[in-house]
Amino acid sequence: MRLTLKIWRQKGAADKGGFVRYPVDRVDGEMSMLECLDVLNESLIEKGEEPIAFEHDCREGICGSCGFMIGGVAHGPMPATTVCQLTMRHFKDGQELVIEPWRAAAFPVIKDLIVDRRAFDRIIASGGYISVSTGNAPDGNAHPVGKEMADRAMDAAACIGCGACVAACPNASAALFTGAKIAHLNLLPQGKPEKDRRALRMVGQMNAEGFGNCTNIGECTAVCPKEIPLEVIAIMNRDYLRASVVRREELVAAIAPVSGWDVGGKS
Amino acid sequence: MNLDSKLPSGPIEQAWDRTRFELKLVNPANKRKHSIIVVGSGLAGASAAATLGELGYRVECFCFQDSPRRAHSIAAQGGINAAKNYQNDGDSVYRLFYDTVKGGDFRAREANVYRLAQISVNIIDQCVAQGVPFAREYGGALTNRSFGGAQVSRTFYARGQTGQQLLLGAYQALERQVCAGTVTMRPRCEMLDLIVIDGRARGIVVRNLVTGAVTTHFADAVILGTGGYGNVYYLSTNAKGSNATAIWRAHKRGALFANPCYTQIHPTCIPVSGDYQSKLTLMSESLRNDGRIWVPLAKGDKRSPDLIPEAERDYYLERRYPSFGNLVPRDVASRNAKSVCDEGRGVGDSGLGVYLDFSNAIQRLGEGTIRERYGNLFDMYQRITDENPYKVPMRIYPAIHYTMGGLWVDYHLQSTIPGLFVVGEANFSDHGANRLGASALMQGLSDGYFIAPYTVGHYLASNKFDQVSGENPQARSAVEEVKQTTAKLLSIRGKRTVDSFHRELGKLVWEYCGMSRTAEGLELAAERIRALREEFWSDVTVPGSGDDLNQSLEKAGRVADFFELAELMCLDARQRNESCGGHFREEFQTPEGEAQRDDERFSYVAAWAYGGPGHSPELHREPLEFHYVHPSQRSYK
Amino acid sequence: MSSIAAAPPQNRAPGFWASTNGKKIVMAVTGAILFAFVVGHLAGNLQIYEGPQKLNAYGRFLHSIGELLWPVRILLLTCVGLHITATAQLALRAKRARPVGYSRRQAIASSYASRTMYWSGPIVLAFVIFHLLNLTAGYIHPGGAFVEGDVYHNVVSGFQVWWVSAWYIFSIGLLGLHLRHGLWSMFQSVGIHQPRYAAAMKSAAFAIALLIVLGYISIPISVLLGLVK
Ligand SMILES: Cc1cc2nc3c(=O)[nH]c(=O)nc-3n(C[C@H](O)[C@H](O)[C@H](O)COP(=O)(O)OP(=O)(O)OC[C@H]3O[C@@H](n4cnc5c(N)ncnc54)[C@H](O)[C@@H]3O)c2cc1C
Ligand code: FES
Repeated sequence: MRLTLKIWRQKGAADKGGFVRYPVDRVDGEMSMLECLDVLNESLIEKGEEPIAFEHDCREGICGSCGFMIGGVAHGPMPATTVCQLTMRHFKDGQELVIEPWRAAAFPVIKDLIVDRRAFDRIIASGGYISVSTGNAPDGNAHPVGKEMADRAMDAAACIGCGACVAACPNASAALFTGAKIAHLNLLPQGKPEKDRRALRMVGQMNAEGFGNCTNIGECTAVCPKEIPLEVIAIMNRDYLRASVVRREELVAAIAPVSGWDVGGKS
Repeated sequence: MNLDSKLPSGPIEQAWDRTRFELKLVNPANKRKHSIIVVGSGLAGASAAATLGELGYRVECFCFQDSPRRAHSIAAQGGINAAKNYQNDGDSVYRLFYDTVKGGDFRAREANVYRLAQISVNIIDQCVAQGVPFAREYGGALTNRSFGGAQVSRTFYARGQTGQQLLLGAYQALERQVCAGTVTMRPRCEMLDLIVIDGRARGIVVRNLVTGAVTTHFADAVILGTGGYGNVYYLSTNAKGSNATAIWRAHKRGALFANPCYTQIHPTCIPVSGDYQSKLTLMSESLRNDGRIWVPLAKGDKRSPDLIPEAERDYYLERRYPSFGNLVPRDVASRNAKSVCDEGRGVGDSGLGVYLDFSNAIQRLGEGTIRERYGNLFDMYQRITDENPYKVPMRIYPAIHYTMGGLWVDYHLQSTIPGLFVVGEANFSDHGANRLGASALMQGLSDGYFIAPYTVGHYLASNKFDQVSGENPQARSAVEEVKQTTAKLLSIRGKRTVDSFHRELGKLVWEYCGMSRTAEGLELAAERIRALREEFWSDVTVPGSGDDLNQSLEKAGRVADFFELAELMCLDARQRNESCGGHFREEFQTPEGEAQRDDERFSYVAAWAYGGPGHSPELHREPLEFHYVHPSQRSYK
Repeated sequence: MSSIAAAPPQNRAPGFWASTNGKKIVMAVTGAILFAFVVGHLAGNLQIYEGPQKLNAYGRFLHSIGELLWPVRILLLTCVGLHITATAQLALRAKRARPVGYSRRQAIASSYASRTMYWSGPIVLAFVIFHLLNLTAGYIHPGGAFVEGDVYHNVVSGFQVWWVSAWYIFSIGLLGLHLRHGLWSMFQSVGIHQPRYAAAMKSAAFAIALLIVLGYISIPISVLLGLVK
């Protein structure tokens, strides 16, 4: 199979970037999208050109590293599939695929298809945990958790943090990501004591990061590789509303967003 | 060199308690004054960094991914063991200890393993408290499954995403400390060297993967939790970025490398489909609980599986191992798959595959139950192969999965360089020559949450630390070396890509130092690896510069280290004239074709000291003693 | 070191109104109140089918409770104001949240209604203003003289002008689209979501929106067809 890949190339954050067309011959239907890029990259390197930078690690749909837009859809045309698991048999011979990075102010491009998603880590840092220090835990069976509740928490916890929800949202909202973590922890009895505080802080941080608003239209769950349900956004909104009424005072400073890559140390 | 493993004396049941009591403590007011570097944010690294942060130390944590949550641990599917005995089926700390020592084919330290089994219980409690959504019964209690050949149900799991959920738990604990200001997280940073000053580990050299800046970071102690080196084989179930660079550079600075030849092959992976293949996908071992493994009886039988009648199928594991059947340990299952394929009875286009068939289970339990148990795995299989495993048997083949070898550490998880601690898959500690399923997650978390925090504290309390800085000559030369290596890689501008070298290296190691090994093959491999390495250093091409994000450069540095490690693996496999666990030497097998250990001569840990460029490494032996579980020939008949 | 401004460093977490979630909650609540008005208004309108006396009596009744009428009007105006302010601010924010757009985008799940909220809203607003001038104040009344107090006459004569009716029907259609998404979305925004009923709620929102559209547009259609004179 022969494909044309029209790929976004951008040297760095300061570069303007633009599309470049690459014909790729001998695409095998069994290949994954990333393996197809590997093949293209090998040929670029052999020509002495810089390969296309894209993020990846596990290549089995769980680490959340990979992700880009294919033909205007985050992670491409197959539902519940990351680009690392998207096989090329879903495309037609001669097709042109437009490949571009996630686009959001909160996800600045680092290079080619790689974007900076540290905003997600800061949202978690603001309250996406249960404050239990090591050694502090009661027996695992001390709090029974009904299967149904455990399953719902797991549905939300399955989020891989890839950022497709933000990328697909016309408003670049991070509601599905943030909602998933709030729902995961707030549904469980272990998460109850910090429920209000968590909702206030995480929603506060999400807002401080410059993501857009949620208009409940559902593009996010449709592209989500783990099919996180829209319900988690409602849970976030409900817990946030409740917390705003009963716990206003918990609202504290947000973690300052950063965009540079200075890592301290001495050179 | 004197390898002091610091093993506690006295009854094994109290050994860890006693050790903990004897370990020195750091005064709470002084903790803030101590800094600790943690490299790696997988289960081991993240749990260590979070816990040390909670204790009040100043922690700096590094990973090469864009977020600590993406460490390779995220991919573990099956589960985590713990001797909770919630199922009342006869499990106990002692039994988990016994199974692990036996499963490791008597090549692990008893005291370490016992401690691991003890701590397993606390790990589950800790994770549940963090909100890890383990599978539950309708009544709300935690549920378990039996896994990887265990005869009790002690494996806790969260669907097929146990590693993900455990890692997210550790990551959340880590981010909590980031917010509290005790941990500084440094993603997209690769450790490229260890700084040893006055014989102690005092810092690291890292390359910022975005800006290319090479910087030094100092601390009173350094912890490596950088994972395993399975990617030496190019094709493995490990994440693409998994690498040996951190431990290998520490090795070159003086840390001994133990048992490098102990690598684990996982029997249930999706077979290779073409030469563009970039990694192998694991199908959880839990599938073997309900799936039956078979190949056609006749060689070269290319009929589609539904046309092969029962009588012409060979359920070879059930036939050879009547009591364990499809649940024999990984090494046994893998080797058998290889041998039936070598006989020409493999299935699929390549002939490198065996069937894992669920039709009986579906008949017996109904499709619904199977979907409930393995739905996500079946979906994944179908996504990749375009075949429906509810209808057609899956095809599986073994793949490299885990490395038991790693940096040598004592009972305190300290390497031979004082102040350098090693946790998780990066060390060699607890699994001997073969790891049982669901025990790596347990070990990583045990090291990180419950062991390193005490032993590192003891080290800090027992030593004085002068101020060190980038002006220090050792630090300077380390930075210089890193810069030179980078410049060298960029300047060769040869004809071959890094991946093409890596692929070729992988094939060599898989062929000669993979599922089965021979003295002759290993010697040949070592030679060919050396030759290939030379070619690499003269003909590799790495485009781009060192001053920005350059993935080819990252890979090149890692592959350069894999070359050196691969040679050591062959050397280690060559010297171990016995078969044990994942190390199978064809010359040493029982008449039935089982691994034949030689406890007289090889009941030791092989710890290698780096010899310097052009010099062969030096072997040190740490003898193993067994006071509780007496070595016996494993039998799964 | 690369530096591209994402959001300006900020150390105070946004409060309720400053947060997107808070604004959406305000939009949901104000939307619900406006929806109640839409329903009430329709109930009043449909009295047209019972003849001039009934409708004009209803009109007089509304005027007679003057002390209540103004608070209600103020409430409605406030709701409209808040609803619009929140939307405008959110729309601007969404724009800032994606300064560089995609070269190609394909919507795969969202309904047409949900994607056109930013358009259907303002058009409906423009219509409401026209409608007030047309039938409440009588400033614009192309269908002949506006008779203060004779609601029935004003409505019928107004709708006899074809383009007034067309504009009315078009706008009510958009209102229906707006409600179709809004009625479901407001529950989501305040956090009411039962996975089991989600599909049913969406269908209900659609049915209610449809009924409302049918109810409203039946009047100009009846007038144009001469069923109501
Ligand atoms: C597919 C698969 C399934 C598995 N399933 C199971 C299972 O069911 N049960 C089980 O018990 N075990 C399982 N395992 C094994 C288990 O997942 C791993 O052994 C374990 O997660 C390793 O954890 P770790 O913390 O030691 O290292 P990793 O998780 O590999 O983390 C390594 C960390 O080090 C960092 N790092 C590495 N090198 C550098 C460097 N040079 N500079 C800076 N940072 C660096 C990385 O960024 C990463 O954060 C599975 C393994 C695989 C491959
Ligand atoms: S590479 Fe890990 S999810 Fe795709």
